[in-house]
Amino acid sequence: MDTLQGKKEIYILDYKDLRANVPREILIGDQSIAIFLTHDGDVHAIENKCPHKGGPLSQGIVSGEYVFCPLHDWKINVIDGKAQAPDEGCVTTYETVIKDGSVYIMY
Amino acid sequence: MSNRQEKLVVIGNGMAGVRTVEEILKKDPNKYDVTIFGKEPHPNYNRISLSSVLQGDTGIDDIVLNTYEWYEENNITLYTADPVVDIDTTKQTVTSEKNVTISYDKLIIATGSNPFMLPLPGADKEGVIAFRDIEDCETMINASEKYKRAVVIGGGLLGLEAARGLINLNMETDVIHLEEYLMERQLDDTAGTMLREELESQGMRFHMKKQTEQIVGKDRVEGVHFKDGSKLYADLVVMAVGIKPNIGLAQTAGLETNRAIVVNDYLEASASNVYAVGECAEHNGIAYGLVAPLYEQAKVLADQLCNEKSEASYTGSLMYTQLKVSGVDVFSAGDFQSGEGKKAVRVHDEFEGVYKKVMVKDDKVVGSVLFGDTSDSPRLLDMMKKQEDISGMSKAVLLPSEEADSTESPVLSMAPDETICGCNGVSKEAIVQAIEQDGLSSVEEIKKHTNASRSCGGCKPLVADLLQATLGDESSISQVEPLCGCTSLSHEQVQEDIRNRQLTHPREVMNVLGWENEEGCSKCRPAINYYLGVVHPETYEDDDLSRFVNERMHANIQNDGTYSVVPRMYGGVTNSDQLRKIANVADKYDVPMLKLTGGQRIDMLGVNKEDLPNMWSDLDMPSGHAYGKAIRTVKTCVGEDFCRFGTQDSIGLGIAIEKKFERLNTPHKVKMAVSACPRNCAESGIKDIGIVGVEGAWEMYVGGNGGVDLRPGDLLAKVETSDEVLEIISAFLQYYREDAHYLERTSHWVDRVGLEHVRSTIIDNMDNRKYYAEQMEVALENKPADPWESLTHNENKRKELFERKAVELV
Ligand SMILES: Cc1cc2nc3c(=O)[nH]c(=O)nc-3n(C[C@H](O)[C@H](O)[C@H](O)COP(=O)(O)OP(=O)(O)OC[C@H]3O[C@@H](n4cnc5c(N)ncnc54)[C@H](O)[C@@H]3O)c2cc1C
Ligand code: HEM
Ligand code: SF4
Ligand code: FES
Repeated sequence: MDTLQGKKEIYILDYKDLRANVPREILIGDQSIAIFLTHDGDVHAIENKCPHKGGPLSQGIVSGEYVFCPLHDWKINVIDGKAQAPDEGCVTTYETVIKDGSVYIMY
Repeated sequence: MSNRQEKLVVIGNGMAGVRTVEEILKKDPNKYDVTIFGKEPHPNYNRISLSSVLQGDTGIDDIVLNTYEWYEENNITLYTADPVVDIDTTKQTVTSEKNVTISYDKLIIATGSNPFMLPLPGADKEGVIAFRDIEDCETMINASEKYKRAVVIGGGLLGLEAARGLINLNMETDVIHLEEYLMERQLDDTAGTMLREELESQGMRFHMKKQTEQIVGKDRVEGVHFKDGSKLYADLVVMAVGIKPNIGLAQTAGLETNRAIVVNDYLEASASNVYAVGECAEHNGIAYGLVAPLYEQAKVLADQLCNEKSEASYTGSLMYTQLKVSGVDVFSAGDFQSGEGKKAVRVHDEFEGVYKKVMVKDDKVVGSVLFGDTSDSPRLLDMMKKQEDISGMSKAVLLPSEEADSTESPVLSMAPDETICGCNGVSKEAIVQAIEQDGLSSVEEIKKHTNASRSCGGCKPLVADLLQATLGDESSISQVEPLCGCTSLSHEQVQEDIRNRQLTHPREVMNVLGWENEEGCSKCRPAINYYLGVVHPETYEDDDLSRFVNERMHANIQNDGTYSVVPRMYGGVTNSDQLRKIANVADKYDVPMLKLTGGQRIDMLGVNKEDLPNMWSDLDMPSGHAYGKAIRTVKTCVGEDFCRFGTQDSIGLGIAIEKKFERLNTPHKVKMAVSACPRNCAESGIKDIGIVGVEGAWEMYVGGNGGVDLRPGDLLAKVETSDEVLEIISAFLQYYREDAHYLERTSHWVDRVGLEHVRSTIIDNMDNRKYYAEQMEVALENKPADPWESLTHNENKRKELFERKAVELV
């Protein structure tokens, strides 16, 4: 199910519309996904649902490669989706591709 | 031996001249009858520290090296503000501007340099200055009070230090540089580029490869034009493009000059009994522009002048520099450019922002550039000075810090004879000896005894480490509660540093104060953002990315990720129009719940984020800030208009208070209430500020809290008029805003500092009360506009914050 072949490349937004430290929320069907541009220019996509109690991570404070959940301040790595100690858990991550100024998500 | 003291005259009361006199006094205090002429109206001061004065780290009074008493104690005749205008080398006399003529047996010229001013059209306009002396420094500080935009021409050491200072003085500062990268005379392109990035992150703006063509303006400078046709506005231009040895006087006296006054290895100029030291002297074709060489010259000259059989001679100095901009560590020495027969050892850690290059030629270190971590500089300088053969050494020996345990101070591994203070040539063992023999216990004492860290101050951390290591861990440092995991500094220390070091930007704060995690976290970023806003109410631009979700979205996030909307109802008073609007909006957006809040207004709960901007615009009411660390509500009771017990107009006062202070940021939320009699229907007793009307007066309670830590308010004052109430609220809130930690409620703050302290500060002391009330007016004038109104009209923000973009599955 999770094989590359089974995934589709979906256009989500223009690269120029992203700002570092300003996450964006997109919806694929019912699935909400948070998009992050990190300082090194990479785009990361994670499930927009905190492993703690489902807080919308797209509304958190971003520091470098971490986002702090707006509800109870869990610290989540936007690259690998892992919650940082002492908390435990992780969110699904999605691969992104940048082509000709457009950002695509592998979904 | 004759009884007559020989006459020594020194022209120039600056760093080199006076240092020479100090060295002479050390060797033979009675040999000379000394007279010093100085052009500036000051005793000898530390020119290097002007950068720190400008950056706000020290005051002008703190940089005096030799006080007037010192001159007196040592029987030195000092003429200040009286430059020498003539030297007669045959009669051996000098004459000053104020017509003092005296004869000399020995003459030292130490007139230093003048800044080089580009001969541009308009360079004579008011507001175009250099950076060389106390006067320039004062001009810049004064200009910063009246003007906003500064342009610094020259991206070298001096220009960057000036620019950093101007930014700290709250000026918008642009640096113009002719070359491709900064400090090209001290750095290679890698380090120059890293430096630029670092400084840009501190808020400096650069214009590289730009040539200035003209300075324009009426009387005062108004702008700068460049060769490429571009322009910049400016009301202050600082030229920092280089120095020109000050040799006019020597030339008219017929001394041999080239770029500077030509001297031999004994620092003798071309006339007998005339010597030159410092920046005005040229030895072996080099005129130095740094203090370490001047001090070496001073030592040699003093020996020459005190011992007839002196064997001291000056053979030139190794040049090295350090940039004195807080938060940036740069070091450069010797011949650091790549070239014929040279090989480099390089370490470049882009994660840590560290770059180190060591140039090796014929198995010897000949130069080095260090960026980001300069702890290896003493070791490298030592190897360069001793010309050590390094063929058998490993990289770890060249760059010991690469191997060392990074928590250990580099002084520990230094050899006893290694130099710690480069400016003054003080070795590790000399400092250790002084600590042990003279029982020294502070860096200040070490400075007095050994001169170490007396000049540029760059070695202070090393001296402090050495002091600690020598004394052992007796001096236990008291532990403070750090602001967050990114720093060991407490809230107080950060607040103090922001104020005293005039930090103006979140990045700058984290950089300069050595944040371990350079991006900060969700604890420190909102705090820093708040502190900066309070310290610089007029200029600081709020960083909304550092705000909690509620304050960024201007709505309260709920446990399911929806939001709540609470419009402002001044004093808890509403009318049928507002109620109709709220009802309509609730229907239109399917608001799941309407609820009356404890703050006397209406909460619309369960709103989707994408609906927020449209709801606000339909409501057309101001935000209630029910989500912010800000002024929340002013609850009121019915009061004298309707209530049979009412003694005062509680609603009127409550509305006046709310209108005055709405939208103001505070360390934590601030809730207020006004009741019109002690029955206290508005619960004034458990509010941050609670007002209770009594016959003919208002009682003011502060520090009350109805939440987790239930605490009744303390009676702060009883006043007669509502104007006094407003003034005291202003003073109280402003003092709280400036003094409390971020996220400290008034209840905790009043407990911490004590009610008596608050009362003596803003109630008993009228000057203070006025001061804080005035500061509050400044803060209120610079309050943001209603956020709901501005967000609904900001397309970008609407997209970034509120959009949930549905993408199509193709
Ligand atoms: C802002 C700033 C930062 C600096 N930072 C560093 C640093 O970090 N490291 C470093 O090594 N160097 C630094 N320098 C350079 C250092 O300050 C100089 O190299 C040093 O001051 C030169 O000493 P001097 O005695 O030759 O000249 P000065 O200290 O300039 O002294 C010369 C004095 O002679 C006076 N004078 C001139 N003509 C006459 C006359 N006809 N009669 C009487 N008096 C006269 C002048 O007014 C002046 O007071 C810095 C300089 C500045 C301006
Ligand atoms: C995430 C947590 C919280 C949210 C979202 C929240 C939200 C609110 C809101 C919207 C109001 C109405 C304010 C107004 O009308 O302006 C309110 C009032 C109030 N809240 Fe909370 N609150 C929270 C936590 C707390 C806590 C922890 C306490 C107590 C310790 C508290 C105590 C109060 C009190 C006492 C009032 C009434 C204030 C008054 O009468 O002036 N709240 N809260
Ligand atoms: S506080 Fe006093 S004046 Fe105000 S409503 Fe209550 S009883 Fe009436
Ligand atoms: S839901 Fe994210 S921290 Fe609780």
